[in-house]
Amino acid sequence: MLNVALPKGRLGERAYDLMARAGYECPELLAGGRKLTFENERAGVRYFWVKPSDVPIYVERGAADVGIAGKDILLEYAPEVYELMDLGIGKCRMCVAGFQDWRDEGDRDLRVATKFPHIAKAHYAEKGRDITIIKLNGSIEIAPLLGLSDVIVDIVETGKTLLENGLAPLETVADISARFIANTASYAFHYDEIRSMCERLGEIL
Amino acid sequence: MASRIEQRLQALYAGCGYQPFRVKKFERYELYSENRRFLTTEKVLTFTNTDGRLMAMKPDVTLSIVQDTQPEGLRKVFYRENVYREQRPGEGFREIPQTGLECIGALDAVAVAEVVSLAAKSLKAISGEAVLSVSHIGVISGVLEAAALDEAAQKAVFAAVGAKNVPAIKALCREETAAVLAALADLYGPLAETLSRAEALALPEKSCAALGALRALSTQLAAYGELPVYLDFSVVNDVEYYHDLVFRGYVSGAPNCVISGGRYDRLLQRMGKRGGAIGFAVYLDRLEAVGRPRAEFDADALICYASDADAPLAVQTAEQLRAAGETVRVEAQPPQGLRFRRILRAEKGAVTEC
Repeated sequence: MLNVALPKGRLGERAYDLMARAGYECPELLAGGRKLTFENERAGVRYFWVKPSDVPIYVERGAADVGIAGKDILLEYAPEVYELMDLGIGKCRMCVAGFQDWRDEGDRDLRVATKFPHIAKAHYAEKGRDITIIKLNGSIEIAPLLGLSDVIVDIVETGKTLLENGLAPLETVADISARFIANTASYAFHYDEIRSMCERLGEIL
Repeated sequence: MASRIEQRLQALYAGCGYQPFRVKKFERYELYSENRRFLTTEKVLTFTNTDGRLMAMKPDVTLSIVQDTQPEGLRKVFYRENVYREQRPGEGFREIPQTGLECIGALDAVAVAEVVSLAAKSLKAISGEAVLSVSHIGVISGVLEAAALDEAAQKAVFAAVGAKNVPAIKALCREETAAVLAALADLYGPLAETLSRAEALALPEKSCAALGALRALSTQLAAYGELPVYLDFSVVNDVEYYHDLVFRGYVSGAPNCVISGGRYDRLLQRMGKRGGAIGFAVYLDRLEAVGRPRAEFDADALICYASDADAPLAVQTAEQLRAAGETVRVEAQPPQGLRFRRILRAEKGAVTEC
C-alpha cells in the first residue's frame, strides 16, 4: 500500500485524473464529504489531500510515500526527496516581473517582493546582486504598483494579470510543472510498487 | 530503545576490534571553517574562549578524529558523541546524538569491505528490514568528465542524479550523456546482480574502473554472508571530499537515511596526512521512532497513603514490589496526567487495591 499526497486544488484534481487513468482510481476521492483519506486496496493506494506547499513535507518525513508537487514548491523548500517524473501538467514559469520599462540601475539593494524567498535569493545570489527580500503571502503583483518593491519573483501562467497592471515578465527563473516525488526510504522499501507506478504513469503521459 | 540500539552497535564495533575514541567537547573554530565543504551544515555554534580564541561546539565528529589521529598502520575507532547542528533552516541548534566509526591509514580492500559490512550489520541491528545503498562517485564523474562538462554543470548534474531527476539530467547534458546518466540514476537493486546491469552499459574508462572497485567490494562482501547491500547511483555525498565509495543506510520506520558514510581520502590529504580513510555515522536521533511501542503506563503501580502514619507501610510495600522488578511510585495523592497499571492505597495499617 502506497500513501499518496495530492495537492488540494485544480492541480491535484488533474494529478488524480492522471493517477486514475494509470490504474490507481479511487472514485470516492472526488465525492467530497468529511473523509480525509481515501483507499483503493486492490490498486494498493491510499490518497489524501493536503495544502500544496505541504506535499513535500509529508513526503520528506515519510507520512506519504509518494506525492505530486509543483516544481515551484520543490525549488523553494528543497526537500530531500526523489523527483522521479515530470508529469507535464500545471505548466507555468517562475519569473522576475516588473514594469515593462523597468531598468536595474544597480546603485542600491534591489527590493524583491515574493512568496518564494529562497528561490529569489538563490537567483540573485547567482548573479551576485544584493537584494532585499519582501516576503508576501499573496497579491504579489501589487507590490511594484505601490512602490513596495522594484520587481517581483512569482509564478506566471499567461501573464494576463501582469499585463493588465502594466507589468511584464522580465526574466525566466525556472520552468515549473508538477513533479512526481518519492520519499527516499520508501523508495528503498517499496521499490517495485513505486517503479511500477512510474511506469504506468509514463505510459499515459 | 535508542540506548539499547546504541549498546548493540557499540558491541558490534568492539567485536571487530574497533577501539572507542573520545572526542574533545570543544574544537577550534578554524577546524570547521577550513573544512566547511566536509560538513553537512553551514552553521556552527561558536563561543569565545577565555584566551580570546574562537571555539566551536562540534558539528561533526569525523574532522576531530582525523585531526587527532596519526595514521600509522591502520587506525580503527568508533565513537558515541553529541554534535550540535541546525537540522532544518530556522529550527535553531540542537544536540544530536551520533555513533559511528572511522578506519584511517593503510586502507586495503579488506578494510573497506569490513566498514561497509559493519554499516550493513548496524542497520540489521536496528531493524529487520534494512537497505544499505552504495555507490562510487567515480562512475558518474567519469561520465561527466568524458562529456567535458564544466564544474558548475557537473554540480548540477550530481544534484539531479542524487534526486533521480531524469528530466533535469536531460535538460543539463547532451542526449547520449543524458541517456547513460538516466540509465545509471534509475538502476537500483542488490549489489552483485545490479552491477552486472551497470557493467553492460557503454561507459568511459574512469567509470569502468569505479565499477571495477564496486565489483571488488561485492566479491569481498560475499565472505560476510547475506547483507542487504544495494547499488544506487543516486547516493552522492559532497563530491569534493567523497570522491570514491559512498553509502547511505535506511531502515523501515525511519523516513530518512539513518547511516551516511563513505571514503574521504581527500580530507586526509587536505589535513596533510597520508593514507586512506573510510567511515560512517549512525544518526541516533532518527531512530527514536523506529520500532518503539508506545508505553501504556508511566509506572507499574502507584501507592497512595491516607495519612503520614500510613506512609511507612506504603514505602515498605513499594520496596517489596520494586525488589520484584516493578516500577512503583509513592505519593499521598494520585498525580495528575499519569497512568498506572494498578493503584494501591495504604490506609489504617492495610494495603488494598483501588
